Amino acid sequence: MGYFDDDDRVNGKAIVTGKAKFIAEHEVANVTHGVIVGSTIAKGSITAMDTKTAERAPGVLAVITHLNSPTVPGYDAGGNPVKGPTGGKGFQVFNGPAIYFNGQPIALVVADTFERATYAASLVKSQYQKNEHTTNFDEAGKSVVALEDARYKDNIRGEVDGYKNAPVKIEAEYVVPIEVHNPMELHATIALWEGDDKVIVYEKTQGVKSSQRSIMNAFKLKEENVRVYAPFVGGGFGSALRTWPHAIAALIGAKKTGKPVKLVLSRDQMFTMVGYRPFTKQKIGIGATADGKLLGITHEADSITSMYEVFNERSVDVSRFLYACPNVTTRYHVYPFNVSTPTWMRGPGEATGTFALESALDELSYALNLDPIELRLRNYAETDPQNGKPYSSKFLKEAYQLGADKIGWKNRDSKPLSMKEGEWMVGYGMGTGVFGAGRGTAKALARIFADGTLLVQSAVSDSGPGTATAMTKIASGIMGIPGNKVTFELGDSSLPPGPTQGGSTTTSTLGSAVYDVSMALKNKLVELAKENSIFHTTEIHSAKAEDFVLENGNIMLASNRNKKISYTDLLKQNNLNQLEVTEESKGNEEMKKYVAYSYAVHFVKVLVHPATGVVKINRVVTATDGGKIISPKTAESQMIGGVVGGIGMALMEEGVIDNRYGRWVNNNFADYHVPVHADVPHIEALFVNKPDLILNPTGAKGIGEVALIGFAAAVANAIYHATGKRIRELPITPDKLI
Amino acid sequence: MINFDYIKPATQKAAIDALNKDATSQFIAGGTNLVDLMKRGVVSPQKLIDINNLPLKSIEQQKGFIRIGALTLNSDVAEHELIRKKLPLLSQALKAGASPQLRNMATVGGNMMQRTRCPYFYDTTMPCNKRQPGTGCGALKGYNRMHAILGASDKCIAVHPSDMCVALTALDATVVISSRKGDRRIPFADFHRLPGTTPEKDNNLQRGEMITAIEVPDNNEFSKKALYIKIRDRASYAFALISVAAALDIKGNTIQNARLAMGGVAHKPWRLTGAENFLKGKTASLENFNQAAAISMKDAKGYGYNNFKLKLAPNTIVQTLKTV
Ligand SMILES: Cc1cc2nc3c(=O)[nH]c(=O)nc-3n(C[C@H](O)[C@H](O)[C@H](O)COP(=O)(O)OP(=O)(O)OC[C@H]3O[C@@H](n4cnc5c(N)ncnc54)[C@H](O)[C@@H]3O)c2cc1C
Repeated sequence: MGYFDDDDRVNGKAIVTGKAKFIAEHEVANVTHGVIVGSTIAKGSITAMDTKTAERAPGVLAVITHLNSPTVPGYDAGGNPVKGPTGGKGFQVFNGPAIYFNGQPIALVVADTFERATYAASLVKSQYQKNEHTTNFDEAGKSVVALEDARYKDNIRGEVDGYKNAPVKIEAEYVVPIEVHNPMELHATIALWEGDDKVIVYEKTQGVKSSQRSIMNAFKLKEENVRVYAPFVGGGFGSALRTWPHAIAALIGAKKTGKPVKLVLSRDQMFTMVGYRPFTKQKIGIGATADGKLLGITHEADSITSMYEVFNERSVDVSRFLYACPNVTTRYHVYPFNVSTPTWMRGPGEATGTFALESALDELSYALNLDPIELRLRNYAETDPQNGKPYSSKFLKEAYQLGADKIGWKNRDSKPLSMKEGEWMVGYGMGTGVFGAGRGTAKALARIFADGTLLVQSAVSDSGPGTATAMTKIASGIMGIPGNKVTFELGDSSLPPGPTQGGSTTTSTLGSAVYDVSMALKNKLVELAKENSIFHTTEIHSAKAEDFVLENGNIMLASNRNKKISYTDLLKQNNLNQLEVTEESKGNEEMKKYVAYSYAVHFVKVLVHPATGVVKINRVVTATDGGKIISPKTAESQMIGGVVGGIGMALMEEGVIDNRYGRWVNNNFADYHVPVHADVPHIEALFVNKPDLILNPTGAKGIGEVALIGFAAAVANAIYHATGKRIRELPITPDKLI
Repeated sequence: MINFDYIKPATQKAAIDALNKDATSQFIAGGTNLVDLMKRGVVSPQKLIDINNLPLKSIEQQKGFIRIGALTLNSDVAEHELIRKKLPLLSQALKAGASPQLRNMATVGGNMMQRTRCPYFYDTTMPCNKRQPGTGCGALKGYNRMHAILGASDKCIAVHPSDMCVALTALDATVVISSRKGDRRIPFADFHRLPGTTPEKDNNLQRGEMITAIEVPDNNEFSKKALYIKIRDRASYAFALISVAAALDIKGNTIQNARLAMGGVAHKPWRLTGAENFLKGKTASLENFNQAAAISMKDAKGYGYNNFKLKLAPNTIVQTLKTV
């Protein structure tokens, strides 16, 4: 590879000029508009509903509730369960009167315009039998009980709570509040039935195939009868990893009215209907020898889920594999509350877990009077501490070095409260991010046309990282076709099945499929070329694919580049309009002997104002081991985006529910703060850029999650260095520093 | 949002007449606050009287004061030569508010009339005496991080969210109000109200009246040392946790006169008269600033989540005085 002629996003122009159509922008003839009505209590059941006024309002086509909803064949007969979480089962919309959380969808109004549907939605009234609810640990006290589930068994390596016997130890509690994904694009679905058993759905999703499957399962439809489109997705961060109840509601509405229904959530509904990062309380005990060898880590977490479904992000696991440590105990408990179900949010589990672990390590480094990086190097894991397996690649040391050099780590005075710029206290901090690198199964199709252009397809979504760009680069590099002659098509479930975009695996999984399919197509071209007269020597007839080079639309002999033929001529001579291959690609046996992780090391410099507690992130350097970087510009964007998310997590994001009503009190962009430009300094994203060829042939590991993981701890550590104050509860707002 | 009528009268008289004719009508200027409130169902006017055609967009030097028309955009006021030179405090306060996009729409009159951002006021399913008198105050024992520490009552602990108004209070502005009966003027500091037992009333504008202008004395002595500091949860585009507007008239090291007001602490922009009086004739020293801050906090009271303001407020007062 290396034939990368253009660094820009292949669809960048379409996005910035408004040509790209995001989900709600698709024009569907005769479309109607659906608006969801949410419950106003957090627990109980609906005893009566008055929908008459709404039904009579102008333009209204239907008001759908549990009383008149068409049956969803995949739902439980007899309605939603009244008691207790049911494992991994999502909320079934309009399937019974039970209320589990405030804002739960209880009705769908369909009308000819969005405004009329919105107005009519305000006229739907319901009566409840109200039961006492609880939405958080503080208020619930001891009355909530952790869910029993085999998956949360305590995990013990070595001695139980072994840290306690260490000569130097730290014990502390850390809190990560609810955080909400809040992608810029609102979640939206357009559902269009073509007869009883066939449906077209435009859906904001990170996985067109997984959405297709969810819809197939809900409505018991055949694969070929469900077509999901998501050509452009305006951010997801995990919120679009599953098919949420509102999407099913749109399908129900379209079924009931016989008309296509477009349903767009409002910003406040984005807080209750598409998941969030769960509130998590963590306890860490960490112990080391006087010279900084870790003896034990105990990491415990209590986290929240809904009353109807278990969500478990295992935020404690990171303590089992990031550092070499003989005695590790992890405990993880999930408690049910009257809230909607949380879900994966960028860096799931590890983002929460590393806030505790990487803060605790910083605390330990001060207790030991040891440089925080030196402490990490003394406990550097050369093999996976869980199973002793070697890493497919690990360049974390190199990342420490790269980032430390860039930010001038050595030049700082490491004592707390020692550095100043004018009135401002100055602090430097670092934190490590780690996330498993994986490779799943994917199919891709590659088709070369007689005009020399190449089309590559797979049923994936691109929620922002620049998937189409990276895939174009891989195909273009192998096929020797300039990027502007390559089209990568995605966002359509009828294409060869690709992976869901989550867990930082798209480039590894899909990239491998694109790699394989490009190689297969190249071989086909070579086979054709071999027959061509200009290559007719005995020597060539015995040549292998490797003896040929593909460059700039030509196929040529590596040993004699003058002998060449263009793809266009080659196809014409063979009377072919096109040539295509489809390949399935999956991990190999070899990989089973290894473990794979990506790493990022975040370095931040903060300024803290002593009197007002204002924190300014002054500089960020993030050094990443994400394997080979396929597309430098979009990779850099990915890291910058993750860091911006990290700034939000560290300094401002906090979802607040008033337990008395079980309702959100900051479910809008004026009150739920995400960083604005003025909060974001210049961010330097550096890459080790060493390929991991054991994991997959592209050498890419993945960077989407590590871009954020460990960042909040880096900020908290920098704030400690600046102020001598250790803040263990996010977000670190001014009130916590005065 | 309900269906509503919309008219756009050409004259001030027609607009005021329309407002008087219809009890369910309301003016709309930039719409940046009113439309949000209508969408959330907090207010439901049946008729909107768009006043943007009225000739109230102006900034004029008059004798001893600057007159700003009620429809002048927040962005235009902030950037105007005259304001930047003579009323820098006002310019700074405006720029600390909202975002450029909002300031390009928001008007001076609308800014004064903007409602509180209290979440209990915004969510129509929750109790709020301001929205629905008699239902109780959701914030009193609720999530009150943004709420008042001064001048509140057990009926309402909401704060007025404006930055501009804090500067105008400090600058001794006057509000010009027009109605069928003619014009009247009230001191800016008397325009907004404390909640008392009638938190549904934000201010003393009567039904049927229109704000037509603001008049701000252009005392030169306050233009040299003027500073607006706003402490918030992010660097821009967030309402104040605490803000302080300060203007000092200093000769040598002696404070001749001080103007001080605080935002984010009360149901109205909070003038710090006690501190002003104390500082008069004193030397500009940290000790005196601390003392002034302490005086300002005499009757302050926290409600739980906002207890931090009891410390952040005096710190910010001192910080502002020090820096100015
Ligand atoms: C996300 C967001 C963030 C914000 N952040 C800040 C901030 O940090 N600081 C800050 O100060 N403000 C902030 N604002 C508020 C903003 O300043 C106000 O919305 C704006 O000033 C209102 O002006 P407008 O002309 O749009 O008023 P409108 O919305 O048109 O009207 C508001 C009210 O004023 C009445 N009204 C308007 N003109 C007159 C008149 N001449 N006479 C009598 N009544 C009148 C209307 O009837 C209505 O009741 C923010 C707003 C938003 C949406």
